[in-house]
Amino acid sequence: MGGRDPGKIIGRFRRQGANRHSEFRTARAPPYHARVPGLLEVTDLAVAYEAGGSPAPAISDVTLGIEAGEAVGLLGESGGGKSTLLLAVLGLLPPHARVIRGSIRWRGRELIGLPPSERRRLRGAEIAIVFQDPALALNPVRRVGSQVAEVARAHRAQGAARCRADALAALAEVGLPDPDRLYHAYPHELSGGQRQRVVLAQALCCRPALLLADEPTASLDSTTQAEVLALLSSLQSRLGLAVLMASHDLGALAALARRVLVMYAGALVEEGTPAEVFGAPRHPHSRALSRAYPRPPRPPRSA
Amino acid sequence: MARLARRALHGLFVLFGVSVLSFVLVELAPGDFYAEMRLDPRISEATVRALRARHGLDRPLPERYLRWVASLARGELGYSFAYGTPVAPLLWPRLRNTLLLTGTATAAAWALAIPIGVWWASARGPAVRRSLSVLMATLLAIPDILLALALLLLAVRTGWFPAGGMTSVGYEQLSRAARFRDVVSHLVLPASALVLCVLPALTRHVRASMASTLEAPFVQAARGHGIPEWRVVFGHALPAAANPLVSLFGLSVATLTSMSLLVEIVMSWPGLGPLLLEAILARDFHLVLGLVLASTVLLLAGNVLADVLLLAADPRIRAEET
Amino acid sequence: MSDEPLVTIRGLTKRYRRRAAASSAPVEALAGVDLTIERGRVLALVGESGSGKSTLARCLVRLEEPTSGEIHYEGTEVCSLRGEALRAFRERVQLLFQDSAAALSPRLTASEIVSEPLEILGRGDAAQRRRRALELMETVGLSSAEADRRPLDLSGGQRQRLAIARALALKPRLLILDEAFAGLDASIQAQVAAVLQDLRRREGLTYLCISHDLALMSVFADEVAILFEGRIVERAEAARLFAAPAHFHTRALVAAVLSVPPLAEATATS
Repeated sequence: MGGRDPGKIIGRFRRQGANRHSEFRTARAPPYHARVPGLLEVTDLAVAYEAGGSPAPAISDVTLGIEAGEAVGLLGESGGGKSTLLLAVLGLLPPHARVIRGSIRWRGRELIGLPPSERRRLRGAEIAIVFQDPALALNPVRRVGSQVAEVARAHRAQGAARCRADALAALAEVGLPDPDRLYHAYPHELSGGQRQRVVLAQALCCRPALLLADEPTASLDSTTQAEVLALLSSLQSRLGLAVLMASHDLGALAALARRVLVMYAGALVEEGTPAEVFGAPRHPHSRALSRAYPRPPRPPRSA
Repeated sequence: MARLARRALHGLFVLFGVSVLSFVLVELAPGDFYAEMRLDPRISEATVRALRARHGLDRPLPERYLRWVASLARGELGYSFAYGTPVAPLLWPRLRNTLLLTGTATAAAWALAIPIGVWWASARGPAVRRSLSVLMATLLAIPDILLALALLLLAVRTGWFPAGGMTSVGYEQLSRAARFRDVVSHLVLPASALVLCVLPALTRHVRASMASTLEAPFVQAARGHGIPEWRVVFGHALPAAANPLVSLFGLSVATLTSMSLLVEIVMSWPGLGPLLLEAILARDFHLVLGLVLASTVLLLAGNVLADVLLLAADPRIRAEET
Repeated sequence: MSDEPLVTIRGLTKRYRRRAAASSAPVEALAGVDLTIERGRVLALVGESGSGKSTLARCLVRLEEPTSGEIHYEGTEVCSLRGEALRAFRERVQLLFQDSAAALSPRLTASEIVSEPLEILGRGDAAQRRRRALELMETVGLSSAEADRRPLDLSGGQRQRLAIARALALKPRLLILDEAFAGLDASIQAQVAAVLQDLRRREGLTYLCISHDLALMSVFADEVAILFEGRIVERAEAARLFAAPAHFHTRALVAAVLSVPPLAEATATS
């Protein structure tokens, strides 16, 4: 008969280093022994944009916590404040935005009020981010490998050769075949999926503990999307990486996240597992989002 | 490679067209070199006619053109009536002086425009942006003659710099190092005048290109990876913003002969400017033609340079071509 | 309604010559597409990037000339139309683009955008055109308050609805939606889908919906055709496609659909 079947596709994801027993759809959280202080703790955070005089609130009273190795989803519509939250954690808010109140603690250390140079040191090395469109997130006139190596150089005091080695390792880790050849490629020579992997390699080069993802699969084809989500899941279990993924796509969140937070008009309105938030939502907004999501007539066969 | 060969061929066509057009235009302009002589009652009509015949001015236009092309092939670029010599030996030293002036000025202008433009684009506070905007607009508005005169005034009043010319009296007796210093001290004022004229436009282009690149997602992504800001600006944004600037640089080369005309005349710099002015006033039209052609060659070279540099700078264009 | 399909495409091929000197082999965006579009139904064309979907849409409205093949619209051969006949054809078939912000002129107001096709063809005077524009905007659920706003002041969903209103201005029979739902949030997608379904029932329109989102198309469309490497490889109703996909690419697409826990409600989802 010939041709591929879904089993082989799933098998390919498995061979990318995922745990033999983990399915690519659900991520496993590390077992909780005792109460360990959360990796990231946001308390009562409020951020406003100053647009000509009166400040317009972007997020208000957001409280959340992320444990080491946990995959958390942030569901919300465009303009609902998800990106603002991620940028606030990173310390990359635009100049006309201000944190009005609240605290962001990283490994127990307060981030708000930290000098910019300190926050820059955390970015990429401990908290990393991938943005939406990989075609736009890479510098078009520089080779891909040097863009990955640059991240290593920014955070590690080591020579160019070591940085290059780190970059090659990162490219291999995200499942890119033939990293040596791809190192010298330009972004426009790669496909969308390959570009997203390169962006992930940049983010993970210095082994951060938390990965923020702002709509990472929004501009990808569905098969590429499935691959990237599987990759994120395997990286998560392999590296013990915590992930906070912001998306308006319920499917992507259901595939990756163990816990979903729903954001509406800048506030967190619901929290729970995907089964709870999408299957039995309590808040009217969550219900509206879940109802609007197109579910195929018959669920596809699972692996 | 094929593209460059095609460009060279186009260039030859342009040169041909320019030479023909110049020939025709000068012919259409009233009078010729001997026109003033004709007004002088002491010189007889016959003498004037004989002089004209000797230099071939009474021949039909196409024949004159072909004779000029022949002298081009010999490397003489025609015959100057005013100086009584072939044009080429008059042209080269003047051309060299002009290129010295404009080359220095262009290099200095670009060396200043890039940091100022980058600073202008990335400055957070509105005060910096506004003051630079006002400064550049003012510089743009002041005519270059005025700037040159103002600098001359400065030279005369303070005596810091020589007021005009390229070399001082007694230049030949100076040692090598002293001669170099002498030329440099004469170069400062005219070059500054040119830099001040050219700087506003360049800085604006740099600023515009940088400002739009600094908003690009990959710049934000680079910041997100914790790359220090200076590296983001100079290592990421500037290379990506370079495209329009590279083309502009090539075109800067194209204007090397013509940009300094007025400044040279005002500041008595012995370049093409004063020579051209004399030649036009005297209807010494082979000389004018030679100058026009030299400018055209530089213009074409500048365009080709812009193309080549763009190919080298942007991998996406390389991918389209190869 | 006659049983004849509205559009019949046979052997449609489109080849691009690459400028690259190295690879002189042309790129084949469409490699012999055979497709029929039934009247009054919604046909989805699902494919990944590079499968040729947008090329097909553009060939259908003669924005591009196919290399070979035939397109028949209501019996008339489309590829050879010229002049007045081509203009009449273009009124019958309209194309809706993905990025509505890029497809609408930022300098015109909403009502000007909708009445622009009428203005270009010289239908009616200014007052009539404005009236018609407001009518059309109401059909897609935009209030008259939006009539004097510019596209960039509208939300993504409003813009897409505005683009639909413009497409309806010339009373088309066939609407081609090229990734019209991409980039919109799920609830906005649902809104736009509802408007489109409502319109279809009322005006008896036919839709060809091009997308990479199989899940959305399975809910929105009556039938789904899978485009792979420039060819139609499978075509069936959504339920059958999911239950028993025949072609390997279909199986890959079905496997890639992310499942979301069903909403535990008595009312139907979406």
